[in-house]
Order: sequence, then C-alpha cells, then structure tokens
Amino acid sequence: MTHPVKKVEGITRESTLEMIDRALVAYPEKGRKKRAPHLAPNDPSSCGACVKSNRKTVPGVMSARGCAYAGAKGVVWGPIRDMLHVSHGPVGCGWYSWGTRRNLMSGRNGVTNFAMQFTSDFQEKDIVYGGDKKLAVLLREARELFPLAKGISVLSECPVGLIGDDINSVARIMSKELDLPVIPCNCEGFRGVSQSLGHHISNDTIRDFVIETREFTEPQTPYDVALIGDYNIGGDVWSVKPLLEEIGLNVKATWTGDGEIERIAATHRVKLNIIHCYRSMNYMSRVMEEKYGIPWIELNFFGPTKIRESLRKLAERFDDRIKENVETAIAKYDPQMQAVIDEYRPRLEGRKVMLYVGGLRPRHTVGAYEDLGMIVVGSGYEFAHSDDYERTSPEMPDATVIYDDASEYELERFVDELKPDLVASGIKEKYVFQKMGLPFRQMHSWDYSGPYHAYKGFPIFARDIDMAINSPTWGFVKSPF
Amino acid sequence: MANNLGLEVKPVTPIPAEEELRVSEWINTEEYREKNFARQALVINPAHTCQPLGAELAAHGFAGCLPFVHGSQGCASYYRSTLNRHFREPAPAVCSAMSEDGAVFGGQNNLHEGLENAFALYKPKMIAVFTSCMPEIIGDDLTAFIRNARQKGHIPQDFPVAYANTPSFNGSHIHGYDAMLLSILQNLTAGKAVEGRCTGKINFIAGFDANTGNYREYKRIFQAMGIPCAFLADISETFDSPLDGTYRLYPGGTGLEEAGDSINGKATLTVAPYATAKTFAWIRENYPGSHAALPMPMGIARTDALLMKLSELFGRPVPDSLKAERGRAVDAMTDSHQYIHGKKFALYGDPDHLTGYVSFLLEMGAVPYHILCSKGSKKLGKEIQALLDASPYGKAGKIYMNRDLWHLRSLLMTDPVDALIGDTHGKFAARDAGIPLFRFGFPIFDRVNRHRFPLIGYQGVINMVTEICNKFIDITDETCDERHFEMMR
Repeated sequence: MTHPVKKVEGITRESTLEMIDRALVAYPEKGRKKRAPHLAPNDPSSCGACVKSNRKTVPGVMSARGCAYAGAKGVVWGPIRDMLHVSHGPVGCGWYSWGTRRNLMSGRNGVTNFAMQFTSDFQEKDIVYGGDKKLAVLLREARELFPLAKGISVLSECPVGLIGDDINSVARIMSKELDLPVIPCNCEGFRGVSQSLGHHISNDTIRDFVIETREFTEPQTPYDVALIGDYNIGGDVWSVKPLLEEIGLNVKATWTGDGEIERIAATHRVKLNIIHCYRSMNYMSRVMEEKYGIPWIELNFFGPTKIRESLRKLAERFDDRIKENVETAIAKYDPQMQAVIDEYRPRLEGRKVMLYVGGLRPRHTVGAYEDLGMIVVGSGYEFAHSDDYERTSPEMPDATVIYDDASEYELERFVDELKPDLVASGIKEKYVFQKMGLPFRQMHSWDYSGPYHAYKGFPIFARDIDMAINSPTWGFVKSPF
Repeated sequence: MANNLGLEVKPVTPIPAEEELRVSEWINTEEYREKNFARQALVINPAHTCQPLGAELAAHGFAGCLPFVHGSQGCASYYRSTLNRHFREPAPAVCSAMSEDGAVFGGQNNLHEGLENAFALYKPKMIAVFTSCMPEIIGDDLTAFIRNARQKGHIPQDFPVAYANTPSFNGSHIHGYDAMLLSILQNLTAGKAVEGRCTGKINFIAGFDANTGNYREYKRIFQAMGIPCAFLADISETFDSPLDGTYRLYPGGTGLEEAGDSINGKATLTVAPYATAKTFAWIRENYPGSHAALPMPMGIARTDALLMKLSELFGRPVPDSLKAERGRAVDAMTDSHQYIHGKKFALYGDPDHLTGYVSFLLEMGAVPYHILCSKGSKKLGKEIQALLDASPYGKAGKIYMNRDLWHLRSLLMTDPVDALIGDTHGKFAARDAGIPLFRFGFPIFDRVNRHRFPLIGYQGVINMVTEICNKFIDITDETCDERHFEMMR
C-alpha cells in the first residue's frame, strides 16, 4: 500500500526538532545523550525508522515499560484459557498481573478457564534452598485440584534465574508424570530491556514445547486460518473471529486471546496465519512459515478504512468465493460504519491526538482516528523494535514527533507544546493528563470498554473517543472564582 | 518430532459438557475442600502482595518525596499501575531499571545514574529508595551505594535519601510499608531531637491504609478535639488531588520538616499495630514523648478508645460535637440492626483491617464466620480469637491464617455465609457463592470512590452500616416474590 504523505498545519521538521531539544534540556548530560536518539520528527519518505529503539531504559527516568515476565504472563501465556499459568517466584508479580490486562475468556472459572493467580509464593528458604522441589509438589497439587486443565505454564520471576533453579528439568519430568504439558518459560523480569523479550521467549517455548503436539480431528480445508496476536482485550477476538467466519474462513486457533492450548498446538495445519499484533507474534509467524510453509499476512482491523483494506488484502490470498464474500461484507458494513462516522465526525473533526502505547496500537489505530476526522500529532511505543517504527512512519503525518520509550517528563513537555485534544496511552499516564484537564483514553485496555477491533468494535471506539473529548465534566475544570 | 516434552501427539479433544458439569459441582464439595486445604506448595489467589508496593505507599506520604524502586523496570511499573488503578490518581515513581548486566555486576551504576537523572528531572525534596527481588538476591549494599553516590556528586551531600530493604520473598506489603516509613523517619529526624522542645502535637501513624477518606476523617477528629497533629505518611492529598487543570508531581504529603520535628512531639500514636510494628518499636526507643498503639478505630468501641486515649494524652475532654456524632452513629446502628443482626460474614484482608471488621460486625450483632488472612500470624490469630470470645456473636467464628482466596472459595461453597468483606480480588468467589462482596480495603479496582468514604470513626460506622444494610435490602427487593414486594422495608 502506498500512502500519500500527510501534513499537519504548524508542524514542521524544525518545529519538532526544537520541541525535542526543549524537552531534553532538563536532563543531565549522560541522560540527554542516551535519550536523544529515541526522539525524532517523522520522515515518511525515508522508509526507515527515524528513532532508535529496543535499548535499555535510562535509570531514574519515569518509564512506562514492563518486563519480560509481564510480556510472557500478561500478554502471551496468560490469555490461554484452559491452562494454569503459574507465576513461579515471590507473590508480587503474579498478583500484579492478575486480571489486569482484560484478556477475556470463555469457560467456567476454576473449571475450564483459569483467570486466577497461581503462585509458588517464594519465601526466603526457597531463595536459599531453591524452589525446584516445591515446584514439583505444586504441579501435582495443581493437577489434582484442576483436573480439566489442558496444561500448565511455569513462568519464572527474577529470583528463579538468579538462584539458578532448573525449571526446565522439573517441567520435563512432571509432564511425563502428570501426562500433561508443563511448559517452562524462562521469562525472568531482568532479561532484556522490556516486555518484548517476554513475548519472544514465550513464542520460543510454544515453538519448542507446544506446536505439532496435537492434530485437528476435522478434515482440512483451504480456508483454515489462525488468528495470531489478538489477545481478546475487551472481547476483540469475539469481534474479529465472527467476521473472518462470515467471509468464509475457518478460524482454527486464536493466539492467544481466549485461546485453547490444544488448538494452538495444532496450528501447524492451517493454510494462513493472520497476524494482528506484529510485535508480539511475528517470531511465531516466521517460525511457522519456515518450518511448515504457512504464509502469513499482517492486518489492521481498526476503523472502516483499514478494515476494508485489510479484508481485500486478505481476499487476495484466496479464491473468488472469498473475494465475493469480502465484497458482500464490505457492502453490508460500510453503510453502518458511515452512519457511525456521520454521527461522531462533526464533533471530532480536526481534533488532535497523541498516542503512546505498546504492541501495534501506535500505528494501527491512526486510521481509525482519521476515519473520525482526527489528526494524530505524535506517536510512540513503550517496547517497539526498528521494524515497528518502519511500519509507523508511513501512517503518521510528516514531521510529527515520534518517541520511543518516552519518559513521563518528555510526554508532559510534548503535550504542553502540541496541546492535543486527546491523549491515548496507558494507566500510568492516564491520571497525569486528566489532572491537566486533558481528555484521555487507556489504549492498552480500552479503558474498561471494548471491543475496538473490526466492525463490532468501531462504533464502540467512536463513542468512547467522543465521550472522552466531549464530556461536559471538562467544562468544570476551571472554577469561575 | 517437535515435542520436547516426550508426550504423544494426540487429537484435539474438547471437554465433554457432562465432564465440565461434574467438575464444576465437584469443586463445591466437602471432598474438594479437603483436598484444597491439603495443599502444601501451591498458592491460589492470595490476598496480599509484596513488600515494595507498601514501601511506595509510605514514600508517597511525604511532601516532595520521590519513590525510587531499586530493581527491574517491570516491578516499578506494576506498583505504579496498582496504585493508579486503586486511587484513580497518578503515582509518580522511578526505578534503577536493572537488567542482566546488573545481575552480574551489581546495581550500583544503575542506582547512581538513576539518582542523578531523577534528581534533575523530577526535582524531589527527598528520594525514598526501596528494593525489589533482584538487588536483594545479588546482595546490593544500599548503605554503601548511597554513600558513594554522595561522594561522587550524583546527589548533593545533604540531600535526604531514605532507603529500605524490601525483598518480595518475605513478608507482605504491610511489612514494606513499615520498613520504608521507619527509614524515612530515621532519616528525617536524625539530629533533630532538641532537649526540652515539645511541638505540642500528636504524631499520628495510620499505617498501610489506602483509604484517603480515613485520613481526612482522622484529621477532622483531631481538629474537633483541638489537638494539633503531625500525620506521618499522609497520602490524603497525594492520592486525592483536585482536577483543576494543573498536574502536580507532589500534590501532598507530610512536610519533611514537620516529619523531622516529630521526634519532639508530645505523643506518638499508631492505629496500625501490624503495619507499623518496627517503626513504632523504634519510636518507643527514640521519641521522648508518650506513646500509644491502638487498633484501627473501626466500630464504636474502638473509636471510643481512640477518643479516650487522645483525651488522656492531651488532657482535653471529648467535645460535644463528637459526642453527638457518636450518638448519631449509635442511632444509625440501632435503626438498621434488623437488617444485619445474625447475618454471617466471611472476611479477608490485612491484619489491621481484619480486627476492625470483626469488631464492627460483633457490635452490630452480625456474625464474623470465616476470617481469613493470607499473610497472617499466630499473634493475629490470637487477637481475633480473643475478640470473638468476648461476644456471643463471635462463638461461631473460625480463623484461617495463611490461607488464600481459593481456600476461602471452598469455605463459601461448603459452609455458606450471607456476605463477604474484602478487596476486589474476592469478586469471583462472591459470584460463585451468590453473595455480595463489600469492597473495603485494598485494592479496589472495580468500584468508584470507595477510597473516599471513611471506614474509621463514627462516620465510618455510619458508612459501613449504610452500605451493608442497604445492599441486603436491595437483595430482598430484587429476589423476593411479587406478593412480598412491599413499599416499606
């Protein structure tokens, strides 16, 4: 897809560079040197990443990043509904990641879905003597108390790696003893520079321990696909999956939102992988392409323009039947989406947005805002890599500011100068900007709303953005006296 | 073969509906409860978290104090998010962002660079450093690191830096609170004791209390008594700041000078004996004024005890305004006793809160039935037992120390109660048991403004009575058959 270069009135390369300089003034020299390469004006013509990324977080700077454990538990493994996910180590990590990412699940809690917190609750003696024996006991107890669980993941927290426990060997022995997949995931929080490594490590464990261990019982068809990198935040999978089915595809597995481990294990039999969150799952799509020859396609299901483009791009991979179905679906939904736009666009036209999220949202949601007549004036990621910024550049207007692992201090400076009408970021940023009197939406979690994906999601997205910006409560921020 | 676990390749096998039904019934049985309580190693849904979160809460209670997590970046994000979600407020904190090289070489470089950046960017008046797992395991020496930071000029010589060891594999959030508060007070009071000086104030410590309404209520009580107060770790403004178009990094907290001068206070009072044990022991040794430790003033008797203690310490009578307030609370209790008398409750939470819930329920003639602490102690168990023994409504009460919310679920299903009191994490168990959950304590992620309603003092009694009794009336209205649906209740 080629993109026309978008411009925003009043934003030039020079104005953005000056703004970045002003934001960096307060840093000590070393800190300034480290941060400068992570901030830049967008250059859509360069076809490259305009900022450095995936580097260590600068100490003492208020970063929004998480850790490898957070990426493994919160993002990749946690949403698999029919497994127990054991946070192996002290109580905190599991407790903090318990129910806080909104990856919704089907099934019965404690029976067939396990949206709970399982932990080995390390004490000092476990640090001194090691936790391997405790882990084995714990796994037996888990098997007995949750007989319908289809597997157990063991996600190691910092101490496990530091004291040199061997969870891999315990998992191997216990898998045999319990006749159940026990998957060891060495995702200690100190590894790497952000949650991104946790995604990678988790995918490697799925590659090494899960995939190819199951076979679908139903016959294969040319329309078998897997939905990769959708975590069912606020029910996103439940919006995308029916749409894919409506155009005639069989969604054999979802990775990992509302996921089932056995279906994930049989994904090597699908014909195409449809990937949504490139950052968290591109490794697995590549593995499946290399190993099983399964092609993959990146799609964007935010807002009618991108959904339309995506569905047509998808149809190209299939026969006329799917192509026709796609056109039928577009013809059916376009008027509905136009009605949403007609309702909200007049109230949102020309409003400016700043994005700062993770995964795919800093680029994928741009089109949805534009469908509502809004302009994205800044974007960036907590834990992206170069290829994310390459993909972001064409979506963003020329010379708008791009920030990688932005500190809260930098974001505040940019907001001061750009005066956006909405900031779309995470929980740690939310109340900072609201105190400034700025409308805000949490874009990691859809602010306890959703889904935002696909045709079911866009009306909700539009309503939420409108209600954030046009809430009458903003009128009371300044007192009359 | 790709299967590294040595398991056979099998077909995808869905769970049969009858099997799902069988297990969903089985987990509610006595047999399951027995298996569940036999657990030795697995912890499921604990009602406590790790030390550093408590340390951060204590640090937020001081004006211009920047909490600094020494450890992995992810830890800092988790504590901040949790506080953000509970209070719906900002929780500014930084960290030393240690990674693999920190594990090998130690965290001194990260700490030094972090102190320098944080000092320049966020202009704190004080930094409160506390540790997560990693530096604790590799043995980072904070005393030396911070001394070196001053020597190398990363922070000014006289800039206050408090620090506490708060390993996550030991104790819980209340112990981290205690350790950080102790360190901050030690730091701020050093050299401030003046022979013969008395601030005339009460030094008041609320402990790990994430209810900003409670803090305001304490202050109102002191004001009514005419007693000047130095609140040690005051989060009431930090986590309840006005929305007026300006973001303030440090919107509240106890002034550092006032905290330093607390060593010259007339008296020191804690109402959180479990969450401030070390701090209070140190104060007893080092603060010359008088000292008192009371239980958290939930319910009438405990509020009475607080007022009498204040009266005794400061030689002031309890004013008529508080006497009238007491009368109104007793009136509210009596007016509504019929909706709660004899009702059975299950309770879980932090030790200081638990004794408060029990005490309040007994005063209402309600029955504290299952009392659970996922990080309790023998001392707490004994204290609760003594409370139960002193009331005819306490006879049926059973205490479960160091059990978790999955144990609690078994209790609710096999030996039912009418309602649950605890934090948001109990909502699944409450739903399975078909009973209401009264969200008191920390954290509360799924209701608005809970932290703004005081649970302490006479006003707290009125608030708890109102919430609990009206919910029971709602349930009657929602579930009664039509011929029992009446205008009056």
